[in-house]
Amino acid sequence: MLSLSSVHRDAIVATCIRALPNEGCGLMLGTLDGTVTEIVPSPNVADSAKLYEIDSWVLLGAYRRSDEKGLSILGVFHSHTNSEAYPSPTDTAQAPDPAWHYVVVSLRDVPSAIRSFHIIEGEIDEEEVARSPFEGEFPSA
Amino acid sequence: MTALVRIPTVLRPAMGGDTSVAVEGSTVGEILDHLTTNHPAVKGQLLNSDGTLHRFLNVYVNDDDVRYLGGVDAPVTNGDEITLLPAVAGGTL
Repeated sequence: MLSLSSVHRDAIVATCIRALPNEGCGLMLGTLDGTVTEIVPSPNVADSAKLYEIDSWVLLGAYRRSDEKGLSILGVFHSHTNSEAYPSPTDTAQAPDPAWHYVVVSLRDVPSAIRSFHIIEGEIDEEEVARSPFEGEFPSA
Repeated sequence: MTALVRIPTVLRPAMGGDTSVAVEGSTVGEILDHLTTNHPAVKGQLLNSDGTLHRFLNVYVNDDDVRYLGGVDAPVTNGDEITLLPAVAGGTL
C-alpha cells in the first residue's frame, strides 16, 4: 500500500500538469511502510509526450537526501497525458526495482487518476493508494 | 587508485549483498572492469558488449555524472566515491 497525503498528491499532479505537453515525472521519498513524506519533482530529460526519464542529478540528489534523512526512495511517478493510469510495456520493461512503488497519473481524466503498482519481473500488481495525514516538509515545487 | 563504489539496491543480491566495495582503477572503465570480473552476473547491467556504459545506468564520480566527464574514460583518483544508479525511465510507448 502507498500512503499519500493530499499535499503530496497535489504536488504530483501539479508536476505533471506543469510538464505538459510532455510527460511529467519525479521521485517519492518516505518510509519503508509506504508513507510518502517528500515529493522530488524532476525535469523530464526525455523531453517527450510519450517517454520520461528522471534527471540524473535529481536522482543522485534524492539518493543522497534519503540517506541523510534516514528515508528511502519509495518509487517514481510519471504521467500519461492521454491514456489510462496503467503501466505501459515501456514502463514495465524499464522498471528497475521490485521494491519500488510505480505511480502513474492519467491527465486524460478529470480529476486526474493516480494509481500505484509494483512491477516485479514484468508482472504488474496494483496496490491501494491510501490517503494519509500530511507528514514531512511542504514540497518546494 | 582505490575508489569506493556504492552499489544500488537492485544490484546487491548479485554482488553478495554489499552496499559498497573498494575497487582499484584509474578510470571509471577500469573500476567497472574490476567490479564485473569479481561479479560477472552484473556485467550486462553495467556495460554494453563494446565496453561502453549501459544506456540505463547512471555512474557518478563524487557529484559528477560521468557522461559529462568522458564516460568510461573518466579519471578516478584515490578516495573518490563512485555511485551506480539505474536510470529511472519509461513512458506511454
